[in-house]
Amino acid sequence: MLMPKPSQEIIAKRSAIVAALQAIVPGEGVITSDDEMRAYETDGLSAYRQMPLVVTLPETPEQVAAVLAYCAGAGVKVVPRGSGTSLSGGALPLADGVILGLGKFNRILDVDYENRCAVVQPGVTNLAITHAVQSEGFYYAPDPSSQIACSIGGNVAENAGGVHCLKYGLTTNNLLGLQLATLDGEIMRIGGRHLDSGGYDLMGLLTGSEGLLGVVTEVTVRILRKPTTARAVLIGFPSSEAAGETVAAVIGAGIIPGGMEMMDNPAINAAEDFVNAGYPRDAQALLIVELDGPKIEVDFLIDRVRQIAEGKGATTLRVSESEAERDSFWAGRKSAFPAVGRISPDYMCMDGTIPRQALPEILKRMAEMSNRHGLRVANVFHAGDGNLHPLILFDANQPGQLERAEAFGADILKSCVELGGVLTGEHGVGIEKRDLMGEMFTEADLAQQQRVKCAFDPDGLLNPGKVFPNLHRCAELGRMHVQRGQLPFPDIPRF
Amino acid sequence: MTVFKARDDKDVLEAVSWAVSEKSALELLCGGGQRALGRPLQTADTLDLSGLAGIRLYEPAELVLGAGPATSRQTILQALDGADQMMAFEPVDLGPLYGRDPGQGSIGGIFSLNLAGPRRLKAGAARDHLLGFQAVSGRAEMFKSGGRVVKNVTGYDLSKLMAGSFGTLAALTDVTFKVMPKPEKTWTALVYGLEAAQAIGAMSAAMNSPHEVSSAGFVPADLAPKSAVSRISQSGQSVTAIRIEGPGPSVSERVMEIKKMLAEFGPTDELHSTNSNLFWAEMRDALYLVAPMERAVWRISVPPRDGAAVLAAIASRHQVSYFFDWAGGLIWLAVAPGVDAAATDIRASFAACGGHATLIRAPAEVRAAVPVFQPLGTAGLALSQRIKASFDPENILNPGRMHGDI
Ligand SMILES: Cc1cc2nc3c(=O)[nH]c(=O)nc-3n(C[C@H](O)[C@H](O)[C@H](O)COP(=O)(O)OP(=O)(O)OC[C@H]3O[C@@H](n4cnc5c(N)ncnc54)[C@H](O)[C@@H]3O)c2cc1C
Repeated sequence: MLMPKPSQEIIAKRSAIVAALQAIVPGEGVITSDDEMRAYETDGLSAYRQMPLVVTLPETPEQVAAVLAYCAGAGVKVVPRGSGTSLSGGALPLADGVILGLGKFNRILDVDYENRCAVVQPGVTNLAITHAVQSEGFYYAPDPSSQIACSIGGNVAENAGGVHCLKYGLTTNNLLGLQLATLDGEIMRIGGRHLDSGGYDLMGLLTGSEGLLGVVTEVTVRILRKPTTARAVLIGFPSSEAAGETVAAVIGAGIIPGGMEMMDNPAINAAEDFVNAGYPRDAQALLIVELDGPKIEVDFLIDRVRQIAEGKGATTLRVSESEAERDSFWAGRKSAFPAVGRISPDYMCMDGTIPRQALPEILKRMAEMSNRHGLRVANVFHAGDGNLHPLILFDANQPGQLERAEAFGADILKSCVELGGVLTGEHGVGIEKRDLMGEMFTEADLAQQQRVKCAFDPDGLLNPGKVFPNLHRCAELGRMHVQRGQLPFPDIPRF
Repeated sequence: MTVFKARDDKDVLEAVSWAVSEKSALELLCGGGQRALGRPLQTADTLDLSGLAGIRLYEPAELVLGAGPATSRQTILQALDGADQMMAFEPVDLGPLYGRDPGQGSIGGIFSLNLAGPRRLKAGAARDHLLGFQAVSGRAEMFKSGGRVVKNVTGYDLSKLMAGSFGTLAALTDVTFKVMPKPEKTWTALVYGLEAAQAIGAMSAAMNSPHEVSSAGFVPADLAPKSAVSRISQSGQSVTAIRIEGPGPSVSERVMEIKKMLAEFGPTDELHSTNSNLFWAEMRDALYLVAPMERAVWRISVPPRDGAAVLAAIASRHQVSYFFDWAGGLIWLAVAPGVDAAATDIRASFAACGGHATLIRAPAEVRAAVPVFQPLGTAGLALSQRIKASFDPENILNPGRMHGDI
């Protein structure tokens, strides 16, 4: 993965840059020693490492804005960082760039039950929000598996999703307001505690923008009352087709479950070896369908799901009768990543999305690719919304295996696009999928996205090298190449 | 004034290319529905997109529909009805407020306006349902963003930016959006006779219950007689309404629970599916404020808790009719148009708690004189101008529809 060439000129000015940052962020807010900076050299995509020029940990929005304004003036690159759990290398440092860490923004500022929202600083972890409101029976719905660690600011930057997003929406659907610090040193408020601000939807644009447009310094999220009941059904199928058809039939019947997850045979067995969840080892596919809501509704829908699954040839079917049993159904799914980690020295987690109906086809193609690349793959899916997480097993110590795994992963994602899907469902483009963007977008599509970036960051200083395969200067992107149109239009009817 | 009637995206590209090279502005029309909303335009020419109509893709099991921007609301709703599905955000039909027949307008207009109805609380706005689009930018370039799946973080989410941009960034040539199954049953719990502030309390209690309320609204006593639902029009009192949707047995039980819970606020009642659907469509389209036609109509979004206080502040200086949607977070309000349709007082009323107000209906002179959309702060305006310029540097598309020259 080629990163933008570091500027030797900037690296040579390191001590002046450090001094300037120390003037903005006093005390221990600037980290310069290699030992301490080591903690920031990678994120969840740990195959890639890079020491930053310097790390700064501001404590107030004003300090963040001042750091950005300074960097913009001095032409220094900035990489925002939350908890560093990105799986796409979004928070990977640059040798000539400042890491702007939001770890000190860890306070819950307000919980407002009357308006059903919470105002939090960006470094607060996803799960901490639920913890802050659960005593009143509320929770924050988007639940990425990394929720104990990942920050809400990082969730906004990546538009994080989770098991419950099928019914309750992604990060973008659960935000009311943001505070944003921009490169020109402004602190802007977008939205608030009300819905649908007028004007362009800047909040929607910023969500999922991977730290390339501005730094989020405060987040207002919607909180929901926790459903009274949740029950899950664990269903084994003799084929992934039957499981795929069940998913389609459940949704076709008008049922939107709280979660609908699928695992293939290798994933089932890895999980079973690891936690003994009682999964049927011979099943080719396993579905976990969770229904939540009022008890009477959950009981009613569980029955319908059971009928649908049986009609599609389910070979095993268990309905949870207690919270403990429901947790046990999830135990295997939740530990799928570490379970796979145990059967292989390394694994790479992919994240494509396909239209649900293409599930059997993508599985067939993956089996073929697995043979071709000589690497095993285990699959877990957010089946309800067609979001795949193939785990490619490899051994980085064997020469060539990392490259083969990457090639395998790229082939999977290209297939997702061919089948009408996309390169990434929730983990982001980062550096990982950057060079595949051309599979999904034309030059014109990408140029328009980059022009939007120019509106926030004319000099390309915020998190460069991520998301876009080619860096273009804003002036070049702004140039118009319009062929002179001819009037009268020979072809357009006019009246 | 010339009207270019495009038949396909190539025609759109050609028309915009011409306009760019002539530096001559275009008004985009997609069935005309949105013309009455926003600041009046003075463009030389019009690009009529009504030829770009038709459903390209509808896969009910995939919950996805793709169509040309000029596909009519009717066409879309008919297709969805056939599969028992819906646009869950309940697009507001502004036709009646403008004195036109209901059911007109196009899907492109629906997304350009981003106006959501009562289910906004639970299901999100139009922007939450637009999955992808194709368009011709004001740079005369065809481009696309997003796709046909919900889980997608590949590149910037430009669909969000397009939704609610009133045709100021690009001419849509295709939209793909998420659809949802219709609820099996829809009932409404009613509480009679509350004052505005009490109603906010009752709606908040319902919203904070675990009963999955999908909408909560309040019609004051003076407007209740305008309802077509007799339990509301004949009540002679204000009506607070809580909508519950889902499978049959669940809905009846939850409505019973809500009524029990709200009994301390006042006498309760319930509406079943037919009446519920009628009532929430009245709320969605603000039918209570259609007459008298000369009155200006505002749509004001505030934190739900502050709805009654904001209303009281406005009502202390102006004679208004109003009702609440979104549990008090949305105030629909009618006032004499005067010179500024009370814009200054209305926008001052929520300065402390935050919010925004859109002048939905007013004579063209008033819409030209006061900001129709909530004015942006200095930094917000500058950023919005740069975003506009990134799509439309020559200011060709619907210039001035929203703010300043945007
Ligand atoms: C075991 C594991 C499981 C995971 N499961 C899921 C899952 O189920 N669903 C899912 O969606 N993701 C998942 N992830 C990915 C990751 O947790 C999410 O992308 C998360 O949102 C990243 O948050 P973070 O705080 O760690 O951000 P970081 O990794 O620190 O940063 C991510 C990106 O956000 C930017 N950024 C961070 N904070 C800000 C800010 N305040 N302002 C502007 N930009 C900022 C960074 O520049 C970077 O581009 C998983 C990761 C791991 C390791």
